[in-house]
Amino acid sequence: MTINSVSLVIAGSGGAGVVTAGSLLLDAAAQAGWYALMSRSSGPQIRGGEAAAMLRFATEPIMSHDDSFHLLMAIDWDNIGRFSAEIPLVATSLIVGDPAHGPAPAALLGGTPRQAALAMTDIAGKIENGRPNMVALGAIAGLIGLPPEAMQAVVEKSLKRKGQAAIDASMAAFHAGFAAAADLPAIPKLPAVAAATEPRWSITGNEATGLGVIRGGVRFVAAYPITPATEVLEWLAPSLAKVGGMLVQAEDELASINQIIGASYGGVPAMTATSGPGLSLMIESLGLAVAAEVPLVVVDVMRVGPSTGIATKSEQSDLNIAVYGLHGDAPHIVVAANSVPDCLFTTQWAVHLAEAMQAPALVLTDQAMGQARAIVPKPAELAFIGQRLTAAAPAVEGERYKRYAMTASGVSPMAIPGTRGLTHTADGLEHNEFGTPSSQASDHQAQMDKRSRKLTQFNYGDHWADIEDSEVGAGDTAIITWGSSTGPAREALRRYAAAGGKARLISLRLIAPVQPEKMAAALQGIKRAVVVEQSHSGQFYRMLRAFYELPARTVSLHHGGPLAFGPNQILEQLNQLNAGSA
Amino acid sequence: MESCAQKKKYAAKDYKSDLKPIWCPGCGDYTVLNAITRALAELALPPEEVAVVSGIGCSSRIPAYTSVYGFHGVHGRALPVATGLKLARPDLTVLVTGGDGDGFSIGGNHFLHACRRNVDLTYIVMDNQVYGMTKGQASPTTAPDWEGSKLTPEGTGINPFQPLVVGLASGANFIARVSSSDPINMARIMVEAIQHPGFSLVQVLSPCVTFRPEQQEWRDIVRTAVVDYTDDAARAARRLMTDDGFNVGKVLYKGSRPPFRPEFENTNGSVTELEARFAL
Ligand SMILES: Cc1ncc(C[n+]2csc(CCOP(=O)(O)OP(=O)(O)O)c2C)c(N)n1
Ligand code: SF4
Ligand SMILES: [Mg+2]
Repeated sequence: MTINSVSLVIAGSGGAGVVTAGSLLLDAAAQAGWYALMSRSSGPQIRGGEAAAMLRFATEPIMSHDDSFHLLMAIDWDNIGRFSAEIPLVATSLIVGDPAHGPAPAALLGGTPRQAALAMTDIAGKIENGRPNMVALGAIAGLIGLPPEAMQAVVEKSLKRKGQAAIDASMAAFHAGFAAAADLPAIPKLPAVAAATEPRWSITGNEATGLGVIRGGVRFVAAYPITPATEVLEWLAPSLAKVGGMLVQAEDELASINQIIGASYGGVPAMTATSGPGLSLMIESLGLAVAAEVPLVVVDVMRVGPSTGIATKSEQSDLNIAVYGLHGDAPHIVVAANSVPDCLFTTQWAVHLAEAMQAPALVLTDQAMGQARAIVPKPAELAFIGQRLTAAAPAVEGERYKRYAMTASGVSPMAIPGTRGLTHTADGLEHNEFGTPSSQASDHQAQMDKRSRKLTQFNYGDHWADIEDSEVGAGDTAIITWGSSTGPAREALRRYAAAGGKARLISLRLIAPVQPEKMAAALQGIKRAVVVEQSHSGQFYRMLRAFYELPARTVSLHHGGPLAFGPNQILEQLNQLNAGSA
Repeated sequence: MESCAQKKKYAAKDYKSDLKPIWCPGCGDYTVLNAITRALAELALPPEEVAVVSGIGCSSRIPAYTSVYGFHGVHGRALPVATGLKLARPDLTVLVTGGDGDGFSIGGNHFLHACRRNVDLTYIVMDNQVYGMTKGQASPTTAPDWEGSKLTPEGTGINPFQPLVVGLASGANFIARVSSSDPINMARIMVEAIQHPGFSLVQVLSPCVTFRPEQQEWRDIVRTAVVDYTDDAARAARRLMTDDGFNVGKVLYKGSRPPFRPEFENTNGSVTELEARFAL
């Protein structure tokens, strides 16, 4: 079965107003028992300016946007044409605009969508303190079948402090819009559902990231603000304080990474969050964490690069720097979240991995999932808690402690400052077992082996990838992907299966160290594959080629950001693969 | 940790490791190491409750030569490592050791912000006006007409950085200058620096006998500062701006700004409470 859903955009020049309207709609949809996903896009202005809230509603969980939108509700037209590539409209789509603001910009009309007028300003003007935004929300509710009671509940909650008059004015405007929807051309309606019985959450990827690290045990965060990672920090600062942790705003990313190295050396699990430019600055010290064996987590909420790139938009192009950016041979962990709720799972897992292996773990998320809000089933409790192998005071007084002792697992018990009899110096210089600097080939070899053994021998269980087959089986075709591209790939798999196709989705969560044996098992019987990623140069495809045995017919579907893949784009590629024309 | 019923007495050697320093014979850093261990003994701090953090350079090698907890990181980043450690572990006594290049060039921004943030750290900078470890290039504190480096054969032509003036302006809470030729005073001032709350900056004139052999004359040039310390920043500024860099052996400034010490205050919140905010 394909997903029964409605997709719409609210756009306008009102900046935050549009996003607020989108949030109200998302909350109302949740109230009505629907699942929802909301992303946003905005122009380059710091405040105000054109903005768009992209929403999709469904009666089951959704991870991705659709290929096109059913409805574009424009509060006004200022610069909205700039979003045309991000708001694909087709002949069955409907644009609703306010005649007070003139005709729709030509840039939006390429897909020949239907057009209709809704005099939002006029209608709102007839209501005391009526706002065009609420008229628009009313019309949307009428068009998609959202019950007014759901909005009533949400408005009452959000305007409680402003008093009953404000609530009444908002709802009057909403009802006027709802009534006007009867005269608008139809778009698909979603069926009403019984209110949700199982618990659900409303959460963004960036919030889920913050919660994940706290659940994993992180209690010290140092960071420098950067879009689109700042919300992770804004959520963490007050939340850490509630659970006995702290967040320090550092002077730059060189400081944030080194502060968390210091805190973690002191025995407190620590993390930082940044985006590409900040990660670039942290690289030298990530190598220090590898060499000195200091556990820590760095989250990179990826944005379009290189350089400052497009700060507000998404791309999966930091894979190379995350995997290969460090100088020397520097075994470290790279994991990637593949959806809004998976930001919670993956970051919590990352804390567990970093602490268990005494190594830095990089987590890749991106703007698309970080700044998206989703209504999701309540995420499961996870057992991952950061647990470090620590050293206790020596049995024999005076026996010298070996910080980097050779062990079968490669992990050596770590002495936390304050522990008697185990003083030592942790060092980024190559060293022997005691930590004493050494330039001998044999020490380098032994320590390299140890640092790499920690990671290769670790049991990552099933979490290395999310693997999903179409209901009728895997067949001989696979989609291999990672991160944000997993959402549309999942949906493509469903559409493919609905048309009778069989395929397997493999979404890698553990990017490094690579897992050739697990991949070989996952690719058993697979003859064709498409690799999907949002990178101009196909970084993921090249990495797979370097480390994995891929099916003879493997094609790469890649493009740079900020446009996400639509499920049909991936579906088409699957069809072509099997038609033999790829 | 057991509450020690009686304070154990320590000797300076209890704070020294068995490792033989890589330094050139006669390097000023030897006596700095001695002064640090002497100061720690004087304070009778259990070695496991002290940490020495450093970056990269000859002077940054100190942690491994001590018997306390040490962290030898990357070039220029000792102060942020120490900041994170002290904030996470306020129970530890944290010292930072390094050179003029490490602290004022590559780590310059951290220096400004460490002074400003005023975390309870003691920063001991062995200033030899040169990059010793990389074999003798000009550092931020090198005189503009020093022609001893192939990189700048005609001198840098740039006025030297004034660490104490900049430190004061940036908010350091304790400022002193000492000479490595006077180990007794050096140790005494380090004791004071460690005891003073907030960020303490101690500049040590520590000759690089190999690349700046003329610095061996420093022992004859330095003089004990005549005036005692002030707690008035404006007066300290005037003094530091007119001083020739050779007044040593006294504390120059002591401020009373409270240290930056965010608490790990457990407000008895729970992760479950945080999660509840997402529930519909
Ligand atoms: C990122 C980086 N750049 C350059 C170096 C090379 N380097 C090592 S120590 C040093 C200068 C040290 O000078 P200083 O801090 O004054 O210490 P000294 O050796 O004089 O005690 C330099 C440039 C390095 N290790 N790392
Ligand atoms: S090069 Fe200079 S600073 Fe380095 S050890 Fe030798 S004398 Fe000391
Ligand atoms: Mg120097």
